[in-house]
Amino acid sequence: MTTTTVSRRAKREIVAPPFQWTTILERAQAAGEPDWVIELRQQAWATYESMPMPNQRDEAWRRTDYSHINWNSAGHFAIPNGATVEHIPAENRAPLIGDEQGGLVAWMDGKLVHRELNEKITKQGVIFTDLHTAIRDHADLVKKHLFQKALKASEGKFAALHTAAWTHGLFIYVPRNAVVELPLHSIFYSEQTGATLGHVLVVLEEGAQATILHEYLSPEGDNHASYIGGTELLVGNAANLRYVSLQSWGHNMYEFSHGRGHVARDGQLDWIVGSMGSKLTKAFMQIALDGQGSWGRMSGMFFADGNQLLDHDTYQSHNAPHTTSDLLFKSALKDEAHSVWRGNIRVMPGAIKTDGFQANRNMLMSDTARADSIPGLEIEADDVRCTHAATVGQMEEEYIFYLMTRGVPRIEAERLFLNGYFWDVLERIPFEDVQNRLLADVDRKLLGMHTAKNK
Amino acid sequence: MGATLEIRNLHVSINGTPILKGVNLTLNQGETHALMGPNGSGKSTLAYALMGHPAYTVDAGQVIFDGVEVLELEADERSRLGLFLAFQYPVAVPGVSVANFLRSAINSRRKSINAEDQGITIPQFRKLLTQKMDLLGIDHKFAGRYLNEGFSGGEKKRNEILQLATLEPRVAILDETDSGLDIDALRIVADGVNKLKGPDLGVLIITHYKRMLDYLQPEHIHLMMDGRIVESGGPELAEEVEAAGYKPFFEKHGVEVTEE
Ligand SMILES: Nc1ncnc2c1ncn2[C@@H]1O[C@H](COP(=O)(O)OP(=O)(O)OP(=O)(O)O)[C@@H](O)[C@H]1O
Ligand SMILES: [Mg+2]
Repeated sequence: MTTTTVSRRAKREIVAPPFQWTTILERAQAAGEPDWVIELRQQAWATYESMPMPNQRDEAWRRTDYSHINWNSAGHFAIPNGATVEHIPAENRAPLIGDEQGGLVAWMDGKLVHRELNEKITKQGVIFTDLHTAIRDHADLVKKHLFQKALKASEGKFAALHTAAWTHGLFIYVPRNAVVELPLHSIFYSEQTGATLGHVLVVLEEGAQATILHEYLSPEGDNHASYIGGTELLVGNAANLRYVSLQSWGHNMYEFSHGRGHVARDGQLDWIVGSMGSKLTKAFMQIALDGQGSWGRMSGMFFADGNQLLDHDTYQSHNAPHTTSDLLFKSALKDEAHSVWRGNIRVMPGAIKTDGFQANRNMLMSDTARADSIPGLEIEADDVRCTHAATVGQMEEEYIFYLMTRGVPRIEAERLFLNGYFWDVLERIPFEDVQNRLLADVDRKLLGMHTAKNK
Repeated sequence: MGATLEIRNLHVSINGTPILKGVNLTLNQGETHALMGPNGSGKSTLAYALMGHPAYTVDAGQVIFDGVEVLELEADERSRLGLFLAFQYPVAVPGVSVANFLRSAINSRRKSINAEDQGITIPQFRKLLTQKMDLLGIDHKFAGRYLNEGFSGGEKKRNEILQLATLEPRVAILDETDSGLDIDALRIVADGVNKLKGPDLGVLIITHYKRMLDYLQPEHIHLMMDGRIVESGGPELAEEVEAAGYKPFFEKHGVEVTEE
């Protein structure tokens, strides 16, 4: 079953956020950025200025009305107030496997507040640091990759804004054939209202392997805040990256983000996203399978309540022969929550013997929740196999009844059912503690302890 | 004295269509009864209505178990009161393992008795589950599988009986638990039920087959037609049905035979 509902809400005028080039330039200079970085910013700013704000007349934004954002609070750079890493909840900082952590790096409102890296990993030549430090210490490496292949300002208004005005970033570099056994963990935490524009740049050279958990967090707040993000994942020949990204913003957050992974010959990218928070999220995600024999998978779990809107726009791009892509996105929606998934599989000319799959499942837990699911195929090569499946269903009483007849109360039956529903995505997250943390989030939300603010 | 399940003049409809038209039946803890009757006569409807399925509307009548008005309770409360239904068609619940589910069910029971209860410990639970699986000849791997997902017909039925054995109800309804079981599985399941039988368990077996009755030896047989129990008797009633089918009973009780 596929629904394609068109929003007919009154369309408000969309105002641009009040960012100014002069402020961006001042900040860049204050951070001691070299000319080449400032040039990147300036070009992107020109692109940004040449584009209109996206609105619901644009196909990609048709179902997503963000005109209610209050840029007066969300459109100024957040000012770090000296808060330390201890402001981040301990459970989010906890080691991922037992008491071992490959590394932990954390930002507060765009300011680096913590960095540690296991000595063994340092010895492997792995770079795990913030982008400004990397620009200073590893200029050539960063220059080669930052906003080059993956993310481009021309992709959209928010991509351009991000490229011009990014506030902070994570840089991970894994050299040739280095296998990072322990997971690397990073956190972007936003405590102040205002905007942060975080960047993630991960580079895996040929034969390298790594697992990364990246978290986006903010406490609940009353004033609108924004996160305008960009992610670049570059997976070299026969390299293997498992990248888990979890978003648990407060309900006052608006996220606009672009993420893109490129996978070279025989490389593998396993990309898992979990989103529970924000007032509104509009995320573009793309995996480009550039090299023959490469493999990419996107998995997502989303649980929205109140009047949240979670919109994911995915693209599986097969640019070479013998490439395999797989996507599984699952959402559950309570109250008046709304999810949008729009996903395309694209097979470029010559990308023969490719295999592309996408499945989107949505579970409505109230009569007023809504899910839009729009799969799409663009196939320009012969001898390919592409399939998709999209469903929107209810939380079936038949299942709940069955569980209840064994003595579990309704809420517990719903909890079990929902945990089971998300399990096939959750089990792809290789950390049991993180799985349990997410399950606890699901439970809290189910019990309504997390209701959205109607702002 | 054990508890008594008493069904009085029960009328049940689905989407406005009357299905049960005045069912009366009394079953004491410790007794074994069988409910037979042609397809569509309302046997499963009775089972679902007793457990509180939301699609089944009770239009009239009463169900009393151990002095409690059952019809006023939610399905989970009925279960904790001691009623159990082995489903004719159990649903699959992806992502929820048999073990996890049973542990939740046990803990829900304990918590309803004592809100402070910390739940059964994992080793205790493992031991309990292993013991019950052995009783029913069930492979231990079963515990880790998702509830009924990809289970064969027979595995689903065994899983129902595993739940019965673990939850230890006072009255269990087995809705065609024998159908879909191969000969060996039928014997294992029936042996299992026989081991569970005793003064603490009342059983209502819904079946079309005499083989199941031969194993379980019910003392009381009830015949349902068109939403009513038209005859009740001893084991000889099952023999009569086996020998002559339902036709003589239709004629005797003036039930219209509708071709499906
Ligand atoms: N959800 C439903 N909607 C409409 N009619 C239903 C529904 N469920 C059951 N019925 C009808 O109620 C009647 C009784 O069904 P029930 O399942 O109780 O029969 P049964 O005696 O268990 O039959 P069988 O021996 O085939 O299992 C049948 O005519 C059936 O079609
Ligand atoms: Mg039936």
